Amino acid sequence: MPMDLQHFWGAVLALSILIYVLLDGFDLGVGILFGLNRDEAQRRDMMGSIAPVWDGNETWLIVVGTVLFGAFPVVYSIFLSAFYLPVALLLVALILRGVAFEFRYKTHRGRWIWDFGFVAGSAVASFVQGAAIGAMVAGITVDGRNFAGSPFDWVAPFPLLCGFGLVAGYALLGAAWLVLKTEGELRDWAWHWIPRLMTAVIVFVGLALVGTLIGDFRVVDRWLAQPWLFLLPVLASLAAWQLYRACAKQRSDWHPYALTSVLFLTAYLMLAGSFWPWLVPYDLTLAQAAAPQASLEFLFWGAGVVVLPVILVYTGVVYWVFRGKVAPGQQYH
Amino acid sequence: MDLDPVALSRIQFAFTVSFHIIFPAFTIGLAAWLATLEGLHMATGNVLYRRLFAFWLKVFAVAFGMGVVSGIVMAFQFGTNWSELATRTGPIQGPLLAYESFTAFLLEATFFGVLMFGRDRVPRWAYFASTLMVALGTTFSAFWIMANNTWMQVPMAYELTASGDTVPTDWQEILFNDVLWVRFPHMLLGAYLTTAFSVAATGAWYLLRHRHLYAARTMLAMGLGLAAVLTPAQIVIGHFNGEYTAEHQPAKFTAMEGRWQTEQPARLLLLAWPDVEAERNVWELGIPYLGSFVTKGNFSAAEPGIVTVPPDERPPFLIPFYGFRVMVGLGVIMLALAWAGVWLMAKGRLRDPEHLPRWFLWAVFLHFPSGFIAVLAGWFTAEVGRQPWVVQGLLRTADAVTPSLSGEAVLVSLLAYVSVYALIFSAGTFYIYRLLRAGLDEADPEPEPAAPQAPPAAGQGVTPSRPLGAAGGSFQPGAGTSAPRPDTA
Repeated sequence: MPMDLQHFWGAVLALSILIYVLLDGFDLGVGILFGLNRDEAQRRDMMGSIAPVWDGNETWLIVVGTVLFGAFPVVYSIFLSAFYLPVALLLVALILRGVAFEFRYKTHRGRWIWDFGFVAGSAVASFVQGAAIGAMVAGITVDGRNFAGSPFDWVAPFPLLCGFGLVAGYALLGAAWLVLKTEGELRDWAWHWIPRLMTAVIVFVGLALVGTLIGDFRVVDRWLAQPWLFLLPVLASLAAWQLYRACAKQRSDWHPYALTSVLFLTAYLMLAGSFWPWLVPYDLTLAQAAAPQASLEFLFWGAGVVVLPVILVYTGVVYWVFRGKVAPGQQYH
Repeated sequence: MDLDPVALSRIQFAFTVSFHIIFPAFTIGLAAWLATLEGLHMATGNVLYRRLFAFWLKVFAVAFGMGVVSGIVMAFQFGTNWSELATRTGPIQGPLLAYESFTAFLLEATFFGVLMFGRDRVPRWAYFASTLMVALGTTFSAFWIMANNTWMQVPMAYELTASGDTVPTDWQEILFNDVLWVRFPHMLLGAYLTTAFSVAATGAWYLLRHRHLYAARTMLAMGLGLAAVLTPAQIVIGHFNGEYTAEHQPAKFTAMEGRWQTEQPARLLLLAWPDVEAERNVWELGIPYLGSFVTKGNFSAAEPGIVTVPPDERPPFLIPFYGFRVMVGLGVIMLALAWAGVWLMAKGRLRDPEHLPRWFLWAVFLHFPSGFIAVLAGWFTAEVGRQPWVVQGLLRTADAVTPSLSGEAVLVSLLAYVSVYALIFSAGTFYIYRLLRAGLDEADPEPEPAAPQAPPAAGQGVTPSRPLGAAGGSFQPGAGTSAPRPDTA
């Protein structure tokens, strides 16, 4: 059975990252868009649309971190040492945006501080995540079981490009969420941002593609070896095209979030397809990085088969409790 | 400039974890207090509990938010700064922390949303259930953290691979050993006492300022009543914590006891002025025989001094020594205050708060931070006392640091954390202070007790409330819309 548990925890890790990206992605995106809207009433509704759920969403990042620690401790060590400064930046950014939900309503004079923290924190957190993915694609220097590169390896054109790309991508997800959750002027405002952000994402993805080819990353060989992967960009292009059409027609408030999620899902599968079964590309595979069987089993019988399904159920229930449009101005505070 | 990544990482970890623990120490108890208030409101219908709930929920929101954001930092620091520790003990520490996020973090974070925004979106029982889920989440979180930390204090049920990694051999022992089950209650009670004194101090503060008399009395009575029961329990459990330390971590224990040389029979030092260079106490105040008695239960046992520990395995002497005394000293004061409060209440002095001695209200009010300081002092004793090990006897702190880490990088991150934490800590405590100063919502009438026999208004199903049977007086709906509040401004 050893193979099975390694793959089980690999799958839970993959699922947690996907849930994190789709959920915290939209609330980070709303945080970025918050900076582009000056209307206080609309800002309140923007924050109100994510206030009940952002904390749970962000917790999936901790789930990702601790699943790595528990099931793939070597990978946890290598990634976090490789991204020492970006992780510190990410954490500071998440702190500033997290306290803003309470703090901005506790002061008038000092509100600008927390609003700035909310916008900058959301943007920086998104940027760092994108840059980290980019740096991983470009390759992390590993010696044995330790990171052996320099603290600024991630400051290179390709990772930075990915960082900006994810900022645009999360903002797109955030705009789609706002269309889904709000009404009136704010929803119109969000609708008009979607095509622009979609275009920005396409530009960054295009540049990243060029960067991948120029950079001669090993990932190219893997794509050529597995041609089915090329279906994914086709699917993504279809979703992008449908998103432009949905914006022109504005028939259903569900369309943007659903289509943007498809976009993120295809991008995610492209990444997964590029690296499977490597966890630290091309140094450690899933099997090489896995914790001992006794650790994986202990996690499996409690967290895996019992707690995880319960989590998915109550997360669903709470999203259902907060379903529907946010009533303008009717939020807490 | 040559910066030492180990020293800086230790400073960073100590700083971020100390900052973090302040908030869970408060919110573990507050979550339970909120669930209690909501339950009491459902059971009695007394609107006072609803008002107290609304009031403390605002405080909880600020403190919980700061606990969450500072906690995320902790979840990643094992990998960023202590990757050697993470790799080698990850097979044991990793699953414990993963269980924390699965059973605790998601639970509390998700239902926190319901608590804050779901009051009119879910049935009443579901709202009450949400308060229970948040309280359960904070409790689970404390359990996994204590399980993890206990394993670092007393590593057990593991074997080592050729590369020095730990492999768990018996999870049941890791989760159900005697050490953990005295340390987890110790932390939990510490958190409850922190909250109990914060709530009681808020009540005392309002009474001193003649505000919200009825609510203030309830807070004072519930806070001190709870503390009167829990403080003695905490002292007993604290004693068991000392016993495990004496057995498993003699180096830490000798430092806590302030004992340099082996003594037979051993004294119990109350106070001392240690001279670390000379390895002796310049001045000391001790009780003969009691050291042997407290540890071994007889009056003649020999107790080892720190000189029996090899110099390179000794912890710093002063922090465990003073940290322990601060914690125990505050515990004794809390016990005195709680019992004095219960005695005053039993004498009926609380029924008419004007007759509560002002010195007593001042004393309770000034002990607002005692729980926090005691928790911090206890953790400093436990963690510094374990040095130079990060995992007792297994891995030294100096060997646990990330190999690729440069001192400059840690300095940058440390400065970033210090400045951001300084900003949010000063703002957060100021906002909490403002919430406390603003007081309870004025939307509900504040009932003042009138004649003891006043019947509840017909058709309201209101039960006379006697919180813990100590607040006294009866609830009379509609009588007196507000307490005298000369200083609401």
